[in-house]
Amino acid sequence: MTEDTMSLFEETALNAKNKRVQGLYRTLFMLMTLLLITPVVIILATLVVKGSAVLSIDFLFTDPTDGMTAGGIFPALLGTVWLVTVALLVSVPLGVAAAIYLSEYAPDNWFTRLINLAIINLAGVPSIVHALFGVGAFVIFFGFGTSILAASLTLAIMTLPVVIVATRESLQAVPQAFREACWNMGATRWQTIRKVVLPNSISGILTGVILEVSRTTGETAPVMFTGAAFFLPFLPQSVFDQTMAMSLHLFVVSTQVPHVPEALPYGVALVLIGMVLIMNSISIAFRMYLRGKKKW
Amino acid sequence: MVSQAVSAAVEQHPVKLEVSNLEISYDGQPALSNVSLEVRENEIFGIIGPANAGKTSFLKSINRMDMFNPNMNVAGDVRFNGRDVYNLRNVYALRSRIGVVFPLPVGLPLTVYENVALAPRLKGVKDKAELDVIVERCLARAALWDEVKDRLDSLGSLLSGGQQQRLTIARALSQDPELLMLDEFSIAVDPVTTMRIEDVLKDLKNEMTIILVTNLVQQARRLADRTAFFLEGECVEIGETEALFTGEVKDQRTRDYVEGRFG
Repeated sequence: MTEDTMSLFEETALNAKNKRVQGLYRTLFMLMTLLLITPVVIILATLVVKGSAVLSIDFLFTDPTDGMTAGGIFPALLGTVWLVTVALLVSVPLGVAAAIYLSEYAPDNWFTRLINLAIINLAGVPSIVHALFGVGAFVIFFGFGTSILAASLTLAIMTLPVVIVATRESLQAVPQAFREACWNMGATRWQTIRKVVLPNSISGILTGVILEVSRTTGETAPVMFTGAAFFLPFLPQSVFDQTMAMSLHLFVVSTQVPHVPEALPYGVALVLIGMVLIMNSISIAFRMYLRGKKKW
Repeated sequence: MVSQAVSAAVEQHPVKLEVSNLEISYDGQPALSNVSLEVRENEIFGIIGPANAGKTSFLKSINRMDMFNPNMNVAGDVRFNGRDVYNLRNVYALRSRIGVVFPLPVGLPLTVYENVALAPRLKGVKDKAELDVIVERCLARAALWDEVKDRLDSLGSLLSGGQQQRLTIARALSQDPELLMLDEFSIAVDPVTTMRIEDVLKDLKNEMTIILVTNLVQQARRLADRTAFFLEGECVEIGETEALFTGEVKDQRTRDYVEGRFG
């Protein structure tokens, strides 16, 4: 080997500097990441350490007793399931339909852009404002009273932007060439959506929906004003009844009721966060499954 | 205005497509101007020309693909079977009668079978046996049947590029079109398969009209009855293909292009 070819692979001063800088940035970004996950780890660890003592099957499936200082959380758990389910039944059909219209049918003009802008802004409205809107619109104007229906509708309105944006993004991830190929065969817009676009975006839409569920589960202010009760001696029989809810129950046992054993709020929080984590895990598993069978 | 030489044989055929004073622009930028030509039934009409000549825009204007692109503007007269396509109630019927193949293959994310069965299904064919026949016939004609007959249930979008292009051709044929528009179909296909498809096109000519846009001058020479030369948004010359290649051209630019002196 000649001197020349040897020197080709020798480290120059510039190489060394580039390597140092690259190492620096790598370390910096890694520290940021660690910083980011620290609170999550602390929260989870605290909840598990302090709350796991009260966790049991009975805790999940019995009523609170002794002025909510003992017993289980069944009415709140059931209430949250009610609220989330009804909210989903409203927001998913509405949101998916609106997203299909915006992505597949609407012409690109000032009006469509205005709607899109409104949706993005709607996502930024604080939940307490949604809560007050819910009181005005559903509780009073439509006369639903404080009920599951009013609370779920409020939650639905609040989460609509999430559903719309997630759906629109999944639809727009389907390449335009697929649509044009289908249109060129004489297919209508709807035939194209049904045969080609939806089958290839339904998974992304479902992922968005599951994320929405996990968000709805934790909301407190909107349900507190519109349908969730402090304490109820009976379970809701229909959507026109009030209900207890996990998020509000956590607020109540943490701040409103005297002499609550320390482990109880932590246990409630642990169940609440567990519900959200289970939802998110399903959504992540779903996404991984889909990435595995990506179709183009 | 370019004169249109029509060969004695093709002259007998009725006019399939009549284009007059066609102007196409994108956002006000002209892409094609003042094109007038006729395509007759059962002929292969070649269009040659370098990139950016307006060849693809021409095809897009015929089956109303301008509707997919708000920036695309078309003026002039396009008549298919004598009907003005810019004044049609049912644009879906128009598109279902025109098969289109573009340079880049589009295997829809459906199974191979469903890719080819889609157009017949859209037309309302439900009978499985009938669909089976259509699928096999179209795949065979697109020179793909032998390679995919054992995996009709695998995804069309997972085939190789060349196979996807033949799938695209099979799908266009499954429409049983009156007019087949091929835009540089051979870019994604190997030379041997290209020759096989060219042979199929010669047969298909008996059943349908074909517009063949190609950047392979020799491909136009092999297949086309008549050929138009497009250059920078202008239709420079239309003539019988052999005449173009044997030097009976009116425009020096055409001669330079077919002889490979620019492009």
